[in-house]
Amino acid sequence: MLNFLLSRLMTFIPTFIGVTLISFSFIRVLPGDPIIVMAGERGMSDERYAELRAQFGFDQPLVSQYWDYMTGVLQGDLGTSFVTKKPVFDEFFALFPATLELSLCAITLAILLGIPAGVIAAINRGKFFDRALMSSALVGYSMPIFWWALLMIIFFSGWLQWTPVSGRISLMYFFDDVTGFMLIDSLLAGGNSISLFPFEADGPFFSALSHLVLPTIVLATIPLAVIARQTRSAMLEVLGEDYIRTARAKGLPPSRITYVHALRNAMIPVITVIGLLVGTLLAGAILTETIFSWPGIGKWMVDSIYRRDYPVVQGGLMLIAVMVMVVNLTVDVLYGLINPKIRKS
Amino acid sequence: MALLEVRNLSVDFETTSGRFRAVDGFDLTLDPGDITAVVGESGSGKSVAFLAMMGLLPWTATITSDVMKFDGNDLRSITPRSRRQIIGKDMSMIFQEPMTSLNPCYTVGFQIKEALRIHLGMDRKARHARAIELFEQVGIPAPETRLSTFPHQMSGGMNQRVMIAMAIACKPKMLIADEPTTALDVTIQAQILELLTSLQEETGMALVLITHDMGVVAETAQQVSVQYAGQKCEQQEVTALFERPHHPYTAALLAALPERATTKHLPTIPGVVPGQFDRPKGCMFAPRCSIATELCHTTPPPVGGAEIGFARCHTPINLKAEEEA
Repeated sequence: MLNFLLSRLMTFIPTFIGVTLISFSFIRVLPGDPIIVMAGERGMSDERYAELRAQFGFDQPLVSQYWDYMTGVLQGDLGTSFVTKKPVFDEFFALFPATLELSLCAITLAILLGIPAGVIAAINRGKFFDRALMSSALVGYSMPIFWWALLMIIFFSGWLQWTPVSGRISLMYFFDDVTGFMLIDSLLAGGNSISLFPFEADGPFFSALSHLVLPTIVLATIPLAVIARQTRSAMLEVLGEDYIRTARAKGLPPSRITYVHALRNAMIPVITVIGLLVGTLLAGAILTETIFSWPGIGKWMVDSIYRRDYPVVQGGLMLIAVMVMVVNLTVDVLYGLINPKIRKS
Repeated sequence: MALLEVRNLSVDFETTSGRFRAVDGFDLTLDPGDITAVVGESGSGKSVAFLAMMGLLPWTATITSDVMKFDGNDLRSITPRSRRQIIGKDMSMIFQEPMTSLNPCYTVGFQIKEALRIHLGMDRKARHARAIELFEQVGIPAPETRLSTFPHQMSGGMNQRVMIAMAIACKPKMLIADEPTTALDVTIQAQILELLTSLQEETGMALVLITHDMGVVAETAQQVSVQYAGQKCEQQEVTALFERPHHPYTAALLAALPERATTKHLPTIPGVVPGQFDRPKGCMFAPRCSIATELCHTTPPPVGGAEIGFARCHTPINLKAEEEA
């Protein structure tokens, strides 16, 4: 296992260099000039423009700009934002917990509902439940996410007034940032009163929870549909395998055949898909974060691209890529745990 | 009382292009300790008949029969729950492809012990001891370490031994071996057959050998039932069948055995087993039969008596009277 991990880590190096190259050139290929954007609409003298270019190092050839950037990166310095003048690294990790909290809740919801739904659909193939489930999965997958989010807001926040419309927590609560996860920090902060009736429960934790519900549902919709469909098709394939016939020939009860013999094999392709989904979620759910004013990295990246904030865009992209690589590594390890054929080779 | 009694078993499959009769009027009686071979080409319905008895056919199959009894249980009306208490315990089955018949995610030990727990309710220690004993019985070296290996780490022959160990784990009264050696090397084939017959001798279980290999039949079986296009065309005791086949199909199969060939070119049976759409009106074998008459092409033949091996034929061959004349 250690060898496996080391060899996987070795492949990180070329991927990492590739990512820095792409993020570095991507923002520079875009039309627009950060100095003009910073200066605003008012005119600027040519001397001042040249001075600013020299100050930010844009007068240097691209190769030496990349070299400077990479020496900084290897020393843990991703530069400072042109706009906020704060280190990119600090900004990223101030916002990332919000994205991580939302993504983890969304993917957990998608897994908890999607896998059982796919399994039940597969064992009831062609029956009503299967058809209903697969049609709704298709609807969920094809629905424009911003429209779906607005519908949810109108229904739950507007009509029913069950949930708040935006943000992470009500303004009346303020407490220390310990983990960056609102659900955990608000519990640590105390002052929560628990009630058997959900609408009477009060305190920062319940405020955070009620803010989280709608974005989680919206963000989980597509992953849920993908996981349910993938689980169903993987289960159907596995249920036709010879070893399932062997398991039935042993006289095992159907539940054991489904959950012990079939599900574990069917999980192999599903885990790959979940890994890919987590990767995209971590990159920031731009639409969901924008609609719910969720202070995560998706919104931050989009804003920075508009501002031509070079250090933020290239640094942010790189950090996101590193997160995705870490997720992929985790998926590979999980793969080995589930599939003995991979573990040994 | 017979251990297994099956009369007029038919299996139909609902397909998108209509009904397909895979097994047509299958009969078999098996006493405890019998070794019977069921022989036939691919598509003759031999596996399907036994999968029907095990209850392992997909829901698209319709199974009908006059009698289908195993060990006093009526398999036609049995509930799925009671059937699960019989299969894998008193009636067990091994399959053609050992490499794909074992679950790749679990160790072979897990897969054997599972059956012991479900059917015999043994505790952990007893299961482990019994699994080792079974591995020794089927000739797997170093059983203690082999229990914790995965199917992909072993050869096809070893995996088939694991399958056999699993099938005999609960001391079954009948073991169905569905082409157990087809996917294996020739040298391994002989070993597996030897293992099966020696286990049969040791335990006294009934053994059904489904095969298309007449050589396998000659070496192992006592009774032979020859299947063609879903129908049984002949059933005889093994030596009698080889000496005096009554159905032209049996005779043609035997003539195609390399060791029986008398000419330089191996005789073959022209044509193929009829499929779903080209079923003949009369005898199923008529289009490929060298001695078919007009009657054979128009009318399905009746099932003959014991003296002609129950041959389903209008023109049975090798009759006693013929030879005496």
